[in-house]
Amino acid sequence: MTYGLRVFFVGGLTSYRALFNWLSPWILVPSFLVAPLFQILLFTYVGRAAGLESDEFYVIGNAIQYAAIPCLFAMGNTIGGERWQQTLPLILGSPAPRIPLFVGRALPVVVNGFVVAAFALVVGSVIIGVRVPLGAVAPIALATAVSALSCTGLGLVNAAFGLRVREVAVLSNVIFGVLLIFCGVNVAVADLPGWMQPISNGLPLTHGIGAARRLADGAAFSGVAGLLGVELAIGAVYMALGYGLLRFFETMSRRHATLERA
Amino acid sequence: MRTIRLLALGWVFHVKGLTASGFFVLTSTIQPVIFASIAFFMFEAGARPGTLLYVALGAGLMGVWSSTLFGAGGAIQWQRWQGTLELTVAAPAPFLLVLIPMTLSAASIGLYSIAATLFWGRVFFGVPLHFLHPWLFALALPATLLGLGLLGLVMASTFVLYRQASAFQNLLEYPVWLVTGLLVPVALLPGWVEPIGWVLSPYWGMRAIRESALGGDALGPIAMCVGLAAVYLVLGALFLANFERLARKHATLSLT
Repeated sequence: MTYGLRVFFVGGLTSYRALFNWLSPWILVPSFLVAPLFQILLFTYVGRAAGLESDEFYVIGNAIQYAAIPCLFAMGNTIGGERWQQTLPLILGSPAPRIPLFVGRALPVVVNGFVVAAFALVVGSVIIGVRVPLGAVAPIALATAVSALSCTGLGLVNAAFGLRVREVAVLSNVIFGVLLIFCGVNVAVADLPGWMQPISNGLPLTHGIGAARRLADGAAFSGVAGLLGVELAIGAVYMALGYGLLRFFETMSRRHATLERA
Repeated sequence: MRTIRLLALGWVFHVKGLTASGFFVLTSTIQPVIFASIAFFMFEAGARPGTLLYVALGAGLMGVWSSTLFGAGGAIQWQRWQGTLELTVAAPAPFLLVLIPMTLSAASIGLYSIAATLFWGRVFFGVPLHFLHPWLFALALPATLLGLGLLGLVMASTFVLYRQASAFQNLLEYPVWLVTGLLVPVALLPGWVEPIGWVLSPYWGMRAIRESALGGDALGPIAMCVGLAAVYLVLGALFLANFERLARKHATLSLT
């Protein structure tokens, strides 16, 4: 039990710290703190030009969606990075239990995703001039954390494909774009074409963003608890799917001796 | 003649190399299509529907800027990783003439973006592809690519000294999209923003392409693209000579 917890917490943190290219302020500040603000600004102004939604709609949508950058890229790089550094066979050859080994790597990513989204939400609101009721701040923070957790589940699926595809960053970029279109970030899900809406409802972030917007509009927490529950459930499904895919691809990599093929 | 041959062969070589990169194909096709789709949906659902061709061209030029930014900005870094930077700097051909085809090819890859967003807009959103001045459009495209490619030269020459150059790339993508009016009319932004756009070739490139397609005076912006390209060439040559000297002096050329 203690061993599993050590693998979960210490192993997860060590793996995250190994993404040292990201932990440089030269990378971290532009990528995680500045870029989301400009994404917010761009879509807020497009929204104003189109006369579609309020500024608050774009600030909340884009800030929370930007959690996907660490959730997808950091999770993908934990596997892709191990391969490049040639430590993947050592890790998969170790007797460490797989659930804490893989899921433990997700925990720092969830925190990272939450911090990025929360920063963008606060600073973006100040820049654009969006006011949120004081009582809604804590529930919106919770909705942001749930969204980051849920998106990390999708990140685990992305990481699993890191065992099969060479360019995880390309895959992460594609998934990021899909989330930007489908999750109601800049266009309400109801305004998307009919065939897109079921896909939107099956993706992480959609319900979390919806809940945060309703909270900002003055809804009580009890009124959005269901949305957050769905968001958590979607995240759990992706987490389980990601873990299953990791085990499957691990087995296949052993069988076909493709573990180190980058 | 040897200079032209070096530039032409270098351009073809790097266009082929970038086309083989999944990252560049994605950046230059899928990403602009994603942004174009979002903008199409927003203008279709909004109270003030805009011209969809305006959006398609803007999203295409966003892709041109992204591929220039990452291709030109990353040119030095990739040379470092591949261990060829010292060789190209030490080669008898001036490093400037080696670098120009790299940055021009990165901008040229952006043509995929414009083609992708126009195709996507036509097929899935019924965007009418009626260009009011097709000959001016045919002139505006290469002028824009020249302007962006040589702006890429200024960036590449600046990035010689910095190992964390990729951070600048991440930093510059969205702001330039915004201040040069690629998706949002600059008139909607605060008044102090527009003068920033005046010194950036994407601003004039966008005007040249839009005004040739939708109507207006495209010749002025085309001339501005070419004029700015000449300024960027001079600046790039000066920066490159200075930074190359400093990199040699401090022995930082091959540091990764």
